[in-house]
Amino acid sequence: MRSKIRAPLLALLIVNVLVMLLGFFTDAYVQLNILFIVVNVLMALSLNLVNGFTGQFSLGHAGFMAVGAYTAVFFVTKIYFAPGLLGLFLIGIYSIAGGLLAALAGYLVGLPSLRLRGDYLAIVTLGFGEIIRVVLLNMEFLGGPRGIAGIPPIPSIQIGSFEISSFYVAFFYASSWAVVCFFSLWRLCYSQYGLSFLGVREDEIAAEAMGVPTTKVKVRAFVLSSFFAGVAGSLMAHFTSYISPASFSFLLSVNAVIMVVLGGMGSLTGSILAAAIITVLPEALRPLQEITGVDLRMVIYALALVLIMIIRPTGLFGDREWPEIWRSWKTTRNLKKQTAAQKQSQSARSSS
Amino acid sequence: MQDLIQHLINGLGLGAIYALIALGYTMVYGVLQMINFAHSDVYMVGAFAAYYAARWFNLESMPGVVSFAILLLAAITGCALLGLLIERFAYRPLRNAPKLNILITAIGVSLLLEYSGQVIFGADPKVFPEVLNNTPLFEMAGVSFKLFDFLVIGVGLVAMAVLHFLIYHTKQGRAMRAVSVNPRVASILGVNVDRTIVFTFVLGSALAGVGSVLVGVKYPKIEPLMGMMIGLKAFVAAVLGGIGNIMGAVLGGLIMGLSEEMVVAYLSSTYRDAVAFGILILILIVRPSGLLGRNQTEKL
Repeated sequence: MRSKIRAPLLALLIVNVLVMLLGFFTDAYVQLNILFIVVNVLMALSLNLVNGFTGQFSLGHAGFMAVGAYTAVFFVTKIYFAPGLLGLFLIGIYSIAGGLLAALAGYLVGLPSLRLRGDYLAIVTLGFGEIIRVVLLNMEFLGGPRGIAGIPPIPSIQIGSFEISSFYVAFFYASSWAVVCFFSLWRLCYSQYGLSFLGVREDEIAAEAMGVPTTKVKVRAFVLSSFFAGVAGSLMAHFTSYISPASFSFLLSVNAVIMVVLGGMGSLTGSILAAAIITVLPEALRPLQEITGVDLRMVIYALALVLIMIIRPTGLFGDREWPEIWRSWKTTRNLKKQTAAQKQSQSARSSS
Repeated sequence: MQDLIQHLINGLGLGAIYALIALGYTMVYGVLQMINFAHSDVYMVGAFAAYYAARWFNLESMPGVVSFAILLLAAITGCALLGLLIERFAYRPLRNAPKLNILITAIGVSLLLEYSGQVIFGADPKVFPEVLNNTPLFEMAGVSFKLFDFLVIGVGLVAMAVLHFLIYHTKQGRAMRAVSVNPRVASILGVNVDRTIVFTFVLGSALAGVGSVLVGVKYPKIEPLMGMMIGLKAFVAAVLGGIGNIMGAVLGGLIMGLSEEMVVAYLSSTYRDAVAFGILILILIVRPSGLLGRNQTEKL
């Protein structure tokens, strides 16, 4: 048991120490972007389970994030909230509640629509995402089109005379979720059970013939994905302190898809890298906007999506994970070195 | 009663517009089995092509049928060219790629057109030039029948008839049907597959151009994101009628237009976008092949 939780704890520790060191040199703007990276990592990882590992194309991720975000915000603003450590605990509970409700929504959406394939599934999930948004628009007690403002941020924690600032608490909280998400997905996808996901992706008929209950597997993937999407939504609500139905438009779903595609469908580590790139890229392109005077960021986004599909349709990592890529890269490097050394010795011998 | 008839006419007019755009979706799907997400943005570009043509020739000062024809021509040319370019540079390199990649590319092209449109045309809405007057043709039982409704419905039906003739009674149409069934065998038998696909794209895009001008004169507010919703609804219409089926696209479009108008009139206008997706989800769950499914008619 101890060895099973050692890796996640270690990852959590390393990430937090790194960010803590980074936090000394950065301002609030950079810190907020770091938090958004974590939210996007959660979003991309959870979507990758459906789009990448199970091969079902979902375009309604934003809808499930909206469910999670609105649930968590409803609890925080309307039911009960407290500062300090208790607040963090409550936020955790509410996030789980948001995730569970999103998972329920995922179940209800997935059960009928996952019988469809390919393009149709994409359109139906898009449709459900839009319907969730329209329903939220019509819910007056959730603010309707005006949304909900003044969502409390993650509280800072006082330990004796020492205060941990809100950013570190928020990052610790968010990264805990990211680590939980990453390791549960990793262990799920690379287990014997996870082979059924890959089976459905590679050949549904063959998987069915091998006794994999394909519809059940798809719905399970969808529900788990929706759960983490809901959690990501609740985190986003706390970090932006304002949500409205417009925050969860079709574009957010597309953004999630871009991350999954860029990182490589079926590569969890790829999703993490892509989420970081996609979050930082618009900010990095800000100077360009100042030079040209027009907002070219979305144009570049879209162009990048098309170009990735044409030039490198597998994304950055394909369906391989980082350790594997690292090893194969090292092997090719060693091979090159060896051949170079051999050539050198050969030429040295021939010249003598 | 009076209201109901008025709503029926409005709904049919709206539906005819959906039908025109749905025809483009259905043709491309029929030949390539792909959803051309960018179709709705081709339609948007058509509206802007007409807008700039009108400004260029200063057409607004001389409204009339000739000006309307020039606008149509401009929109059709613009759309056809764009359709050609998209096919050549985005879709052709991926002809044999997995379906998912093609779908993502289509979404990418759609976004690219939308945001390029925002940069080039400006994000603020523009007023489409008024080249035709929406004259009431006749009045019956207190309901006025206006020119535009008839124009839109007429053009929709004519487009359907022409397409039907083209696909079932010409050589080019036979080539399209052959590619639709099996591109490889078609190419063995001497059909130029690439040219046929390009032809399909150009034809579908040209129809989007016609639709854009009709929408422009009817609802004279154009903006770079105008294609998004109407495109999705037109796609739903195509699926509703049975995708790949010409008659089905028109039927689906009319049903969509009517149901949307009825929901806005008798329920709530905030739900107008949810209707389309509600219909879509229902139809896909109950009868995925659409109303005029493949069993009755051949694909495309």
